[in-house]
Amino acid sequence: MIAVELLAAQNIGFAVISLLMIVAALRVVTTSNVVHAALWLVVVLSGAAAQYVLLAAEFVAVTQVLVYIGAVMVLFLFGTMLTRARIGTERDLNNSYRLLGIPVAGLLFAAMAIAIVSSFGDEELPSEPRLIGVPEISDQIFGPYLLPFWALSFVLLAAIIGAIVLARKD
Amino acid sequence: MLISQFLLLGAILFCIGVYGVIARKNAVLVLMSIELILNSVNINLLAFALRNGSADGHTFALYIIAVAAAEVGVGLAMVLLIYRNRRSIGLDELSEMRG
Repeated sequence: MIAVELLAAQNIGFAVISLLMIVAALRVVTTSNVVHAALWLVVVLSGAAAQYVLLAAEFVAVTQVLVYIGAVMVLFLFGTMLTRARIGTERDLNNSYRLLGIPVAGLLFAAMAIAIVSSFGDEELPSEPRLIGVPEISDQIFGPYLLPFWALSFVLLAAIIGAIVLARKD
Repeated sequence: MLISQFLLLGAILFCIGVYGVIARKNAVLVLMSIELILNSVNINLLAFALRNGSADGHTFALYIIAVAAAEVGVGLAMVLLIYRNRRSIGLDELSEMRG
């Protein structure tokens, strides 16, 4: 009985959060104000963090909040501030061929939805999943995935140096 | 919970991101749409991690978050440079690279 109530609560939570995420994502790609787009993106990213919690991935959810909502959004707002003389509504944000995007996205979604439904139609997620904690993730990162971790460290270093070199005034 | 509900949410976000990449002209907004796409991939990875009970999906999701942070840093530095040179970040005005 408790399991059924928990499942219902999970489903209601999923429905509410995903509706919020879809509306916010649509606003990100349609709004005519760059700062508003950045703030709607915060809603999408927070919703994604909530979905990660629903998927029993607490560590990734916390990292999402720290890295995305904390750091990446500040970068976006700085980028908006530095490349834009005035902050407010603008008309010139969309391409002239933006209507082409609607059939492309629609066809892509149709293809993916058919593939997903035909492969995983009504497959339930395990109700008693094996929970994965931080120790296990760190065993993965510093065990079999150590080489990608090194590569990623170099990518981040190169990105930092490259960003400084590119954006420096000389 | 069904696994397909998470996969469908990921697909919807992915398609909205693709539409944003196609439709937007402002370079900062295109970068935001790319963030949408990366997040939808993360949702898929974590759904499969829960289904298979393995930590691989969590590891990949963390790596994707790190790569996305690096990508935004370099991308915004390039946007800043383009703005400084051309006083505009409209992507359709950057036609000098056309062969």
